[in-house]
Amino acid sequence: MTTLSQPEPVSPSVTTLTKAVSARGIGAQLRHIRYVLADNPVTAGSFILFVIFLLAALIGPSLVPYDPLASNTASALRPPSAQHWFGTDQLGRDIFSRVVVATRLDMIIAIASVLLVFVLGGLAGIAAGFYGGWTDRIVGRISDTIMAFPLFVLAMGIVAALGNTVTNIVIATAIINFPLYARLARSEANIRREAGYVHAARLSGNSDPRILFRFILPNIMPLMMVQISLTMGYAILNAAGLSFIGLGVRPPTPEWGIMVAEGAAFIVSGEWWIAFFPGVTLMLAVFCFNLLGDGLRDIVDPLRRT
Amino acid sequence: MTAQPLLDVRDLTVEFATRRGTVRAIEHIDISLAKGETLGIVGESGSGKSVTSYAVMRILDRAGSIAEGSIVYSGIDVSAASDRELRDLRGREMAMIFQNPRAALNPIRPVGRQIEDVLLEHVQTTRAEAKQKAIEALEQVRIARPEERYHAYPFEMSGGMCQRVVIALALACRPQLLIADEPTTGLDVTTQKAVMDLVTELTRARGMSTILITHDLGLAATYCDRVVVMEKGKVVETALSKDIFARPEHPYTRKLMRATPRPGAALRDLLPLELAAAAPTPPPQAPPGETLLRVEQLVKEYPRQESGSLWPKFLGGKAKEPPVPFRAVDSIGFEVRRGETVGLVGESGCGKSTTSMMVMRLIDPTSGKITFAGEDISAIPARDFAVHPMRRRIQLVFQDPTDSLNPRFTAARAIADPILRSGQSLNDAAIRARCEELAGLVGLPLEFLDRLPHQLSGGQKARVGIARALALNPDLVILDEPTAALDVSVQAVVLNLLQDLKVRLGMSYLFVSHDLHVVRLLCDRVIVMRSGRIVEEGTSEQVLEAPKADYTRELLEAIPHPPV
Repeated sequence: MTTLSQPEPVSPSVTTLTKAVSARGIGAQLRHIRYVLADNPVTAGSFILFVIFLLAALIGPSLVPYDPLASNTASALRPPSAQHWFGTDQLGRDIFSRVVVATRLDMIIAIASVLLVFVLGGLAGIAAGFYGGWTDRIVGRISDTIMAFPLFVLAMGIVAALGNTVTNIVIATAIINFPLYARLARSEANIRREAGYVHAARLSGNSDPRILFRFILPNIMPLMMVQISLTMGYAILNAAGLSFIGLGVRPPTPEWGIMVAEGAAFIVSGEWWIAFFPGVTLMLAVFCFNLLGDGLRDIVDPLRRT
Repeated sequence: MTAQPLLDVRDLTVEFATRRGTVRAIEHIDISLAKGETLGIVGESGSGKSVTSYAVMRILDRAGSIAEGSIVYSGIDVSAASDRELRDLRGREMAMIFQNPRAALNPIRPVGRQIEDVLLEHVQTTRAEAKQKAIEALEQVRIARPEERYHAYPFEMSGGMCQRVVIALALACRPQLLIADEPTTGLDVTTQKAVMDLVTELTRARGMSTILITHDLGLAATYCDRVVVMEKGKVVETALSKDIFARPEHPYTRKLMRATPRPGAALRDLLPLELAAAAPTPPPQAPPGETLLRVEQLVKEYPRQESGSLWPKFLGGKAKEPPVPFRAVDSIGFEVRRGETVGLVGESGCGKSTTSMMVMRLIDPTSGKITFAGEDISAIPARDFAVHPMRRRIQLVFQDPTDSLNPRFTAARAIADPILRSGQSLNDAAIRARCEELAGLVGLPLEFLDRLPHQLSGGQKARVGIARALALNPDLVILDEPTAALDVSVQAVVLNLLQDLKVRLGMSYLFVSHDLHVVRLLCDRVIVMRSGRIVEEGTSEQVLEAPKADYTRELLEAIPHPPV
């Protein structure tokens, strides 16, 4: 037996590969991320933008120069200047302060709704993919039903029916994203259901729930993370859209959608900055999350790189 | 050799840009191919044999590039040719057959149309004649009823049939050079023989040159004039095939030849000399004990897909009789005794895997009885068997070591999984100790225990899989083609390991395989299956030396016999 315990020769590429990743850990993970970022400056840019949005959401409200709710009619409708970077609105509120403060609320709505749909849609999806049969049919038909509506109109309907609160925006946004998550999780779980390691897990005496959560879920997690980032941008847009048409968050709470809606009336009279700055910020946020999703996909799944 | 070879590869180096700098896939290789010659390129995975052929066709992926050297095809420098020139060359002058025939065909286009496309692309025919020519092409690759098959889709055909269509596609424009990259890997041995015979015959009749890329030295030596052996991106030996078996020169060739299972070689003969000398002589095997597993009248039926139109149903017509279910396993019976290895042999679709899955209790039999250690385990539904105490006594070693390991578990975690689930209350240190003991048993160096599967080589992953199967001291281990995904040199080591472990731990094996040579090495008794039935059963010598059934003889004859 002693002789058999020598490792058989491996090809050079395999040896170098094993050596290189044997010291894997946070260091290797960071190197990997740096490699992807260096290769793709757009992703790097979106990472930086993401960090800026995150900081704005966390500490923005304590840094802004003016109270976002304090009106000052004496200085209403001022164009951008050194004093008011983004100008002031019809009530003299500082738009820069309002844009920064709004980040937290928009982020909270987006993150909460995405987390909710990730849990619900992800669970329903992996159960459907793993068990098939009736579970699959029920989850599939629920997804189809949701997909049958124009999604924004469906979200409007839900918020209008449930009431005009932040919680309901979160719920509506989660519901319209449900099919995306359920379908992604279903197809990935379905592929892995027949994987050798799932059979092996069964032979080791693992029960079905254990197989789902310890063997299948961790393996589809990277793909789900990508989906989360991609939907996040969409969730922000959706929340702003609902507020824009007067559902959800109500004035005077600073929120990008409301600010665009309020500013829209002033564009014709030349006061473009009221709608412009929140609009651009919203666009950047959506952009940032979408690009981030593409970058994350490159990191977790190099094969699908475009 | 003629004055000017058809293909002349000089000093070729191909590099791949990867995250960790450039990797040289092949280094300074020289290969020349005369007109009408058949050349075999043999090597294990990672030897650069496929990259060589991709370089010749200039179909390297984006990361790869030809760093040095030249490829001259009948006076044209392929390495410097423009894309337009290349398009003209590919298909008309050089054609290629790939490993997975089904993946090489467009799944949503009838095969006849696909052949027409190639003909039209290279202006070999007019639209009016195309169909006739496509049917002729199908006829030439011996596809029965070519007019009908012209309309068939790839999924309606068997693997061997698809490979024939791929050959027809490759040969449609009468190329001068055919490159076949592992054309028969994944095909049954009888299909392999049919496909290889066809390729040889067609290329000979047309005076074509062929490059056959394979990991199987026997196959190359049987069908090629000359053989090039590659190792780690370098050509280590070039010889006539009738010489290579008689007088292998390079030590690597000798090692490859030793490791290839062949008639007359014992298990220990497969190991490299220095390992074989040091390996302990196999301990005498105890005579098989009492019956451990008895399978009686085992049947597995699958419902057939309902075919035909749905209209009669809608129009309230008479419901058709439900189709007769498909019998994957048709009332078979056999026994495995304690300490015995029984081989279950047959080609794809013969029911051997279904049988092993039923014995494994991963699927429920339609009818029949499986008795294990005196207990009727077929009565326990597969769904509940995972948590049944019997579970730990029957374990499986999987065919594909990569697929069978959870990519997110370290080797130690994978080995420990059955122990953790077995209900024994052990502390972490005890589990770790057991993992290390098992790793020692299967010869996995302890430092590999904390690696993830992608950081291990194929052989190491196979060892992890074996250690996991042994973790609960099973009585019966089912080996489902445990070495099919491994290189021959690794296979030799793993087979020896399995045999030593069996004797040492007193287990029984049910060895499922399509490779008769491997079966002979490991098994005491052999069961040959075909279309769900047992066609022959007996001791390994009986079945392999003096087969009674015609089918067994056919199987044995289909194994490539290199000229000796």
